[in-house]
Amino acid sequence: MPDRITLVTALQGAGWHPAAWRVAGPVAQRLSSLRHWRDVVVEQDRLGIDAVTIEDSFTAGPRAADHDLDTTTVVGRLDALLVANAVAPATRAVGLVPTVSVTHTEPFHVATGLQTLDHVSLGRAGWRIQVSPTTREAALFGRRPGGDDAATLFDEAREAAEVVSRLWDSWDDDAIIRDVTTGRFIDRDRIHNAEYAGRHLSVHGASIVPRSPQGRPPVFALAHRADAAAFAVDAADVVLVTPGYQGREARDVLDEVRQLEQVAGSDVHRPVLADLAVLIGSSSAAAADELAALDGAAGSAYAEASDTSVLATTVPELVSLIGDLRGLGFGGVRLRPLRIPLDSTAIARQLVPALVTAGLRADVASRPTADLRARLGIAPAVSRYASAPAGSVSVEVSA
Amino acid sequence: MSTKRQVHLAAHFPGVNNTTIWSDDRAESQIAFSSFEHFARNAERGFFDFLFLAEGLRLREQKGRIHDLDVVGRPNTLAVLAALAGVTDHIGLVGTLQTTFNEPVELAKQLATLDHLTDGRAGWNVVTSSDAFHGANFRRGGFLDHADRYTRAAEFIALSRELWDSWQADAVVADTATGGALADGVFADRSRVHDVDHHGPQFDVTGTFPVPRSPQRHPVIVQAGDSDEGRDLAAANAEVIFSLHTEFDDAQAFYRDVTDRLERVGRSKDELQILPGATFVIGSSAEHAEERSNAIRRAQVSPATAIAFLEQVWNRDLSSYDVDGPLPTIEPDHEGAAITRGRARHTRDVPALVQSWRDLAEAEHLSIRDLVIRVSTRGGFVGTASHIAAEIDRYVQERATDGFVVVPHTNPYGLDEFVDTVVPLLQERGVYRQSYDEGATLRQTLALPGTIRDRAAAARTAAAAGPARAAASAGVLA
Repeated sequence: MPDRITLVTALQGAGWHPAAWRVAGPVAQRLSSLRHWRDVVVEQDRLGIDAVTIEDSFTAGPRAADHDLDTTTVVGRLDALLVANAVAPATRAVGLVPTVSVTHTEPFHVATGLQTLDHVSLGRAGWRIQVSPTTREAALFGRRPGGDDAATLFDEAREAAEVVSRLWDSWDDDAIIRDVTTGRFIDRDRIHNAEYAGRHLSVHGASIVPRSPQGRPPVFALAHRADAAAFAVDAADVVLVTPGYQGREARDVLDEVRQLEQVAGSDVHRPVLADLAVLIGSSSAAAADELAALDGAAGSAYAEASDTSVLATTVPELVSLIGDLRGLGFGGVRLRPLRIPLDSTAIARQLVPALVTAGLRADVASRPTADLRARLGIAPAVSRYASAPAGSVSVEVSA
Repeated sequence: MSTKRQVHLAAHFPGVNNTTIWSDDRAESQIAFSSFEHFARNAERGFFDFLFLAEGLRLREQKGRIHDLDVVGRPNTLAVLAALAGVTDHIGLVGTLQTTFNEPVELAKQLATLDHLTDGRAGWNVVTSSDAFHGANFRRGGFLDHADRYTRAAEFIALSRELWDSWQADAVVADTATGGALADGVFADRSRVHDVDHHGPQFDVTGTFPVPRSPQRHPVIVQAGDSDEGRDLAAANAEVIFSLHTEFDDAQAFYRDVTDRLERVGRSKDELQILPGATFVIGSSAEHAEERSNAIRRAQVSPATAIAFLEQVWNRDLSSYDVDGPLPTIEPDHEGAAITRGRARHTRDVPALVQSWRDLAEAEHLSIRDLVIRVSTRGGFVGTASHIAAEIDRYVQERATDGFVVVPHTNPYGLDEFVDTVVPLLQERGVYRQSYDEGATLRQTLALPGTIRDRAAAARTAAAAGPARAAASAGVLA
């Protein structure tokens, strides 16, 4: 059973504000260490956050006005999938949702890497699917010129999501038989080749990884604009929307997802999470001052550059906002802490208990230990190769 | 102080290999992380230099169907190594990773990440492939000419080194100890992050590498290819060779050959450790060890496995034959397409091989299964713990090897007995460590030279001196 509202924390570097590292203290020097990531994720895990997402890219960081790498902010990163795997043994309940791009990465590697995360975490893996649109990333691969239009990138990503999904289903739950009498380790009739040939991609064989605990880890996609929203409905189980971005109302962005679901002929209502960048202060005024100081240090207002609403807020204000979003039909929120660890800690230590008090979350002690799909309220993944029992309902989300 | 040469040991995870006995009562899941965790912690208890993982990118096939007699299925190599980073403190983590079905910037990013997550314990066993069978799982396909695979591998490694060298050690400044609420200055010094601009026959890569310099800068490079080209690639690039040469004389000859090849490229033997893969069967007496070895061989070669083994050579369906009966009288099929895919093929002269097997079987009255057990046994040490410890010591002192990659028969407990019985005897002999050095990188644990020549810095210095020197300097492999 999902909780009353789903709470996801979005992790990257020293936080989402470009000046965040300036208030991170010694943490700023160890952003590339396992210690840093374990400290941050374990805190989210112990205090009952449903999942953390981990950002990734092939770029070293954002570009400055002169188009060169902007080294006034955090540059350099670790591979998100590997970070998720490394923190998995130290955590017990939190979902681990790395960003893995499909524009340059082979879908076979994407599929097996995430299946392995699901095995290591005993069913807590998720996947934030993303495209890599920049020519900077293309130049690091040198295999395509880059500059593909968004429609092409999303088409290719749809194919990648389909291939990955097929690879995830390629082993039946009971494929490993260990039958000593006949000497057979597997029943090969229970392993299915992907046999996918699309316009952009083709993969012939089965996954090398036996079916993982969730079968298909839940897929998250950001829908901050119309084409991304259409893609999310085609390819994802959880949709992240950005109310307030470009003046759009929360109600409207949610309606857009529901309409797209209808157009796609899907009878599944995906959990829709509001994606919000937050700085949590002791008072509204203190929060506003702290954001102004960060903006001052960065030389520009972060709200101008962000692709979602940037809130300098307090715990009570956030509780009230989250309650309102729930009333509109949102499944919950993904919060992007502007400062890590300051705001990620505030989310775990202050916001979670306040949501419990407000009746929006169950107490941390009764946190479900089920897999991530169950925690998000998504139906179990039934393999496309499973013989459907009579009266069963399809849970496929893509055509 | 002991002047004896020190033994280096690595532990091969017993997964998708025909030596792994999955039918054993204590055998556990080959995919559950608990198996990997037990194996790694146990290898670390035995002070092993590193844990070694193989890789598979397609399920192996026989007669057009998935080969179902060995362990099938394994985790993604990099992902499970990253998870092991979270449960180990000292042991090196070495993964087998393809240069054919990966791209340099992505693999270099992942390996640098693993090196950060392990505080400098990452290693990369560089392998190449060119076949369309594996290629069918990748958008690249199987386009690479066989002859190009080592060319691609060499350029892949050289380019990876460029990427790993591109961030200077002091690039991240992030001075947050200024006392104020908000630190001043920049996060990184742009002049210490160098863009890569590589244009070669295989790769065109331009831009800023995404990962800051990792503790070892480069993961330890391991190579296992045994062909002439493979040995040259190893001599030019590798720091560890995972060899197949376990017979003493053969091992010594290989050791000399590699030493010569190293000298030809201006490297010293001190810069490379040679570790053959070997199995170890330990008994309370020599006879007991022999008995156990025979039982292990019979468990490894089930009736179905024996037939499948012959089919790989005969290249035809032999399923109607009785494994306890004589060898097939029918001749091998030389014309048909290979029925076995996804693993190394027998490349020797098949008619001569079959004749030698028939002669052996007739002379010793061997059944199909007996014959397969006999001819597929290789590279093993059988005896008491003290005999095995003495043999390992002898091999190392007499420069047949620098140690071994221990390949256990069962997952995940197959290494325990070796750690409990052989390791203490090696320690008593003064040829094996009593503890890890605190904070040692894998390169240090392997007693390899700790500093990698900073080729990028050398190239920059040379560039300042003149373009001709810069080109010469950049062309030298580290």
